Amino acid sequence: MSSMPRVSGGHPAAAARFVADEPRTHWHDQALWVVREKRDRAASGIPDWEALRDVAAAIRAHARGRLPDLLEEFERNATARGAKVHWAADAAEHNAIVHRILSERGVTRLVKSKSMLTEECGLNPYLEARGIEVVDTDLGERIVQLRHEPPSHIILPAIHLKREEIGELFHGKLGTPEGLADPKALTEAARGHLRERFLAAQAGLTGVNFAVAETGGVVVCTNEGNADMGTSLPPIHVACMGVEKIVPRLEHLAVLLRLLARSATGQPVTTYTSHFHGPMAGGELHVVIVDNGRSRLLADPGLRGALACIRCGACLNTCPVYRRSGGYSYGWVVPGPIGSVLAPARDPAAHATLPFASTLCGSCDAVCPVKVPLHDTLLRERRTLAAAGLVPLGKRVGLRLLAALLAHRALYEVAGRLLRFALRHFPRFLLYGPWNVWGRRRELPAPPAESFRDTWRRTRGRHG
Amino acid sequence: MRAALFVPCYVDQLWPRAGLSAVRVLEAHGVEVAFPEEQTCCGQPMANAGLASAAEPLARRFLEVFGGFDAVVCPSGSCTSMVRNHYDPFLAGAPGFEKLKAHTYELCEFLVDVLGVRAAKGRFPHRVALHQSCHGLRELGLGIPSESMHPRTNKVSALVGSIEGIELVPLARADECCGFGGTFAVAEEAVSALMGRDRLADHARAGAEIVTGTDVSCLMHLEGLARREGRKLRFMHVAEVLAEAAA
Amino acid sequence: MDSRRRILDALRAAAPPAAPAPDLSAVGARWPDPAARLAEAVAAVGGTLARVPDRPALAAAVAALAAQVGAVKVGSAVEGVPGNVDLAAVRDPHALEGLGLAVLPGAFGVAENGAVWVPGAVLHPRAVFVVTEHLALVVPSGEIVQDLHEAYRRLSFPGADFGVFVAGPSKTADIEQALVIGAHGARSCTVFLLG
Repeated sequence: MSSMPRVSGGHPAAAARFVADEPRTHWHDQALWVVREKRDRAASGIPDWEALRDVAAAIRAHARGRLPDLLEEFERNATARGAKVHWAADAAEHNAIVHRILSERGVTRLVKSKSMLTEECGLNPYLEARGIEVVDTDLGERIVQLRHEPPSHIILPAIHLKREEIGELFHGKLGTPEGLADPKALTEAARGHLRERFLAAQAGLTGVNFAVAETGGVVVCTNEGNADMGTSLPPIHVACMGVEKIVPRLEHLAVLLRLLARSATGQPVTTYTSHFHGPMAGGELHVVIVDNGRSRLLADPGLRGALACIRCGACLNTCPVYRRSGGYSYGWVVPGPIGSVLAPARDPAAHATLPFASTLCGSCDAVCPVKVPLHDTLLRERRTLAAAGLVPLGKRVGLRLLAALLAHRALYEVAGRLLRFALRHFPRFLLYGPWNVWGRRRELPAPPAESFRDTWRRTRGRHG
Repeated sequence: MRAALFVPCYVDQLWPRAGLSAVRVLEAHGVEVAFPEEQTCCGQPMANAGLASAAEPLARRFLEVFGGFDAVVCPSGSCTSMVRNHYDPFLAGAPGFEKLKAHTYELCEFLVDVLGVRAAKGRFPHRVALHQSCHGLRELGLGIPSESMHPRTNKVSALVGSIEGIELVPLARADECCGFGGTFAVAEEAVSALMGRDRLADHARAGAEIVTGTDVSCLMHLEGLARREGRKLRFMHVAEVLAEAAA
Repeated sequence: MDSRRRILDALRAAAPPAAPAPDLSAVGARWPDPAARLAEAVAAVGGTLARVPDRPALAAAVAALAAQVGAVKVGSAVEGVPGNVDLAAVRDPHALEGLGLAVLPGAFGVAENGAVWVPGAVLHPRAVFVVTEHLALVVPSGEIVQDLHEAYRRLSFPGADFGVFVAGPSKTADIEQALVIGAHGARSCTVFLLG
């Protein structure tokens, strides 16, 4: 598995490359729009959707206010049931801890089910470099792993690939017949291929959808059964979680689970919702609690709301920009609106274009099951970047000049007249030169004979 | 009653017919319209670029120019939203600001909520695609967006839809963003253009002759794309539709 | 200072505002006929629900199911339903590979979403519910809850307790969003409402 490649030119350049293949972009856009529509249907299928979102947002705010106490309560209850709890301050420590757990037990064959946290920490290459074979078992994750690519969506890792491309991949790597592209047949081939890996695995690693402080349990939601297969065949289960995954009580878990699958895929619930408390008989359960910048987010009043995220992907599916630019345009493991908030918070210089990869349409806010204030946070990120000098110079200078002009009525009116004059009289080659980015695919507005205020003065006099 | 008209800078300079139609519609409903000439721009482009210090003087200017009026009406959802939802960091505590916020309205919501207009006057026998501009829809609450499970109501479509003879065509994506997004239109030109072209394709497939909406910014972007593509579509702000219907 | 201390200190120092736990009484879903709703919900997640009046009828239905899916090896943890694999005697879960049909008791069904709660105590070995080619879950017909809120009011985990909500057969839509039933886990899931 390769780590997310840095995108030179940022989101705009990567998105322009993506969009250059218009039919493929429309295919990608429509595939994700369908997921958005499924979410709409699922949400309309229960009577209390909007109330549930309010309650979920309140649960996350409540938990945020008590994180240390809840984490300690979780640790006590998990440990009392025989789990071992580890703490990792950052990605490097997380990787080292996981590696130590595995190598101490002589594990060289690991199966993994999806965990965005482990993507964030770059776990796979770390383990592979140290002689541990890591097999991603979520079908989409396995597909991108075999292609040496990162996932392009946090729930649908291979959404950017067509069935023919997957068929070609499986033909090369799994020996399926050339030209086989039927999803059912390809999934069947993957089932057999991965079943061998499950049976041979010495340990299973999962993410954590929610950790319950009250019971010391970790909850993992999957449709494929890979998390359960990977943690009930081999005796060792390592579960990795960010500190923000903690939920106080089972009653809160109910709220979040009613929202999660409906938001993510439009299903009422995932096929398996597994609750792990302590190890299997004769086995081990390790829970690795990870900070890796989350405490810094928590400390920032303008960013802490982003910690409510339950990684459902609904904001990606509804974002008209994500649908038309794809996950790789964002240059980070979590793309889309939530990624455009989290990535620049982590590394402003590397991700300065992300908060601007948005029209601020607000659709993401409206679908988020836990009401992360994405729109306002993106605006706040823009202010942070501008203050840090990370907004392109031309844009900054241009807008400041415009602001100065707009502060003086006379100047503003003259500028308007000049603009209309240019639109009316300049030859086309001058108006639509390479400097005119608007004009690449759009006509400039047809110039009116006079401005509104000119007409007003002419017809109403100065005191109208 | 008396209301000050807030004409967005790009409407004033490039699409004045939206402002002129707004005046006609308001006067037809008995409103005395004032146009404070010192107005220029609400500062949204600077604020959206993160340049708060460049936006602040324009916010202060806005309060000075419009603070004395009992009502401020604007034929734009995004500019109205700037005043009601994004001026707090600049003007919180300033005398007259709370009153300004409470009395600055987008045109359709003013007609519906303040003047109580339920049925628009006149006839407009055309097939019209109503583009739901995002800021008005989701930030001002001009309607309940498609993401929400609250009962679907919409002031703009109710008002425009009440015009005799008008047919609001059903769209495949009722409220997807057109892709203008301010400086996004230039900074992310490729995606912006594709988003707009996709909206136009939806409008055309639905059989629209005319595309309308509450924001000229969206319409300028869509019209620019349509003209380049050679699409036969007319673009009118809702004020123009209301004015032409009643004429 | 160890990382545990550092992390907890950093979280404390972050000083987010305290916010009260919300009142949950305003949320919840109810259906007038939970059993009918459960049947719909199980079908919606790709499963099948069948009602059987008693254990002999259940045993007959299971035998028919096994024949229908071509299950040669059948393991049952449900009283009155015979199998030819002694699940309780299986020490190594790897030996389950090839199990055609697993018949397991479910504690209750959830009308809202078609899920059945399977407590870890009935899973010997734990892997049985996911390794099996086909899965049958037997739920007493009186044990149907309306929604997940009601479900969690019934659940507690005093010890090293595993438990899983199973909603239909395993599935994936990872290839072009085309829904495929039968990913890594069971290819089919039949819920028998008993009594």
